Amino acid sequence: MTIAAVQSNPTPAILPGSGGMRGAFSDLFWRRPKLLLLLMLSPPLLWLGIVYIGSLFALLLQSFFSIDEFSGLINRKFTLKTYGDLFQAANLDIILRTVTMAALVTLASAIIAFPIAYYAARYARGRWKALFYLGVMLPLWSSYLVKIYAWKLILAKEGILTWLLAKLNLLWLLDAWLSLPIVGGNSLSVSFTGTFIVFVYVWLPFMILPVQAALERVPGNLVEASSDLGASPAQTFRNVLFPLALPGIVAGSIFTFSLTLGDYIIPQIIGTSRLFIGQAVYSQQGTAGNIPLAAAFTVVPIVIMGFYLWGAKRMGAFDAL
Amino acid sequence: MTSAVSFKQVSRHFGSVRAVDAVDLDIAPGEFFAMLGPSGSGKTTCLRLIAGFEQPTAGSISIFGERAEGVPPYRRNVNTVFQDYALFPHLNVLDNVAYGLMVRGVGRTERLKAAEEALSLVRLPGYGARRPGQLSGGQRQRVALARALVNQPKVLLLDEPLGALDLKLRENMQEELKSLQKVLGITFVFVTHDQGEALSMADRVAVFNDGRIMQVGTPEDIYRRPNTRFVADFVGSSNVLPPDFVQRYSGQHRWGSLRPESIRISGAASGDGVAARLVGTNYLGATTRLALDADGLRLHAMVPAGAALPAEGEAVVLTFNRDSLHLMDEPA
Repeated sequence: MTIAAVQSNPTPAILPGSGGMRGAFSDLFWRRPKLLLLLMLSPPLLWLGIVYIGSLFALLLQSFFSIDEFSGLINRKFTLKTYGDLFQAANLDIILRTVTMAALVTLASAIIAFPIAYYAARYARGRWKALFYLGVMLPLWSSYLVKIYAWKLILAKEGILTWLLAKLNLLWLLDAWLSLPIVGGNSLSVSFTGTFIVFVYVWLPFMILPVQAALERVPGNLVEASSDLGASPAQTFRNVLFPLALPGIVAGSIFTFSLTLGDYIIPQIIGTSRLFIGQAVYSQQGTAGNIPLAAAFTVVPIVIMGFYLWGAKRMGAFDAL
Repeated sequence: MTSAVSFKQVSRHFGSVRAVDAVDLDIAPGEFFAMLGPSGSGKTTCLRLIAGFEQPTAGSISIFGERAEGVPPYRRNVNTVFQDYALFPHLNVLDNVAYGLMVRGVGRTERLKAAEEALSLVRLPGYGARRPGQLSGGQRQRVALARALVNQPKVLLLDEPLGALDLKLRENMQEELKSLQKVLGITFVFVTHDQGEALSMADRVAVFNDGRIMQVGTPEDIYRRPNTRFVADFVGSSNVLPPDFVQRYSGQHRWGSLRPESIRISGAASGDGVAARLVGTNYLGATTRLALDADGLRLHAMVPAGAALPAEGEAVVLTFNRDSLHLMDEPA
């Protein structure tokens, strides 16, 4: 392009529209940006509002009905009787067991996820970062059932873990653990310990990714500033890294906690015969035909998560957002 | 007397990049020392070596006579004011300032009192309850300063602390930093790429280029008597004159430097001087900067605004005092 060409540029200052339907739509959307927003948002909002929240609401409504113990028919009259049933010893047991498991799984996931996320956020670059994402995501690409059955084989009495521990002469350690009450059992695959291990394995990516995202947002110079001001690495972790990663840990724990609260497949395949909330819902709405109690059980995780988030907010978990 | 900071043949290499290359440096206690240079010249790496964020590849560093290699930042009684302040976003201003005392185990009431005093020192009393996000850039910078000073460091490091501030605020902060340093008597080491800032604030200036120190001296030394073309050009954009040109006026075949403000301009008919042509004018407020072409040699002159100027393209004659022509030793 020569200077002369620039100086004698023949095109007008205002260009004509590109014409046709596309041009008309482009101009219309430019003039009325809200129209485009409306068009883009209404399908997902309809889906979310009617199909998703709507059916959830219908489910919750069921929890205020009760079942007639003789006929087995649903009595469509508003009552809190079903919620009262939740506090029967057997049902309360299920709830406590599930909540304890969810809390332990969340804690273990956070402890395992943090160093991995920290490495990925602060040290991994280029190819190593790609490898990190691949390593974290890859398990999510394969079927959940296949992974659980694979774990059943790993944890079984004849499985590779027992074999490995035998080779290392550490079988006594496993036996000692399995002989403990509650967490023990005949083998890992039929114990709560096995359920716990598989829960942690399956939900771990959901903890790693938000923690990594939170740590990625912590500027590196905050760690330097802390060290510069005299804080040892442990103090820097406690006073700077952990508080700033907390929103990520809370986000991750929402996944690990609520997914554990609702899961009914893992404890079914790996673990004892004692039920978790998900299994209770499954059996109440299926074989037992007690939809109201199943619905009431469903409300439990929702209420627990509500309290959990409220508590996290009170603790200042979202202050650094 | 032991130096506040002493570098002996210090190098810091990143792979094949020599960020700092065999630097010798001595900073006196209580001195306001500036490290001046373009980006990538190694000045910030030198600062990070003093703070302990980097370790030297070779050479030795001592701080007040004590060897500093291998000593982590948290065991150095040296504090840094970071370029973008690095305030902790989850703590309020008072807790930010008290942070250094907190990690050293100073009790809560005592450290908050000290933090409040430090905030008064930087003229931000009563700002303690705010979050860093609610402060302006200038206020954040004061908080960062208070956070460093509250620890009573032996050396205070400042990494381009005024870079993000607008001109007016920067000038105020320059004066304030300087008077604060005088009052406290702490050794300040200040990194900047702004030569005006370095000259106006520092007791001594080190000019960096390519990982090496080109010249160390008082601001006047650096400005009046640059030892290399790089220093002459970087500090106040002096006119660098080739040996052939210099020989005509001083009789010596050496490189020379001539400050733009030392050049006087008169009409073509006024006889003696360097014949040149005015090729451009640049209005700068208090002064006008002229671009001149003296037979292929590009020169700049600075004249007071309002002086009568020839039109662009006209022939002019340049004169200057022979004393203002400074000769440089270095050939390159």
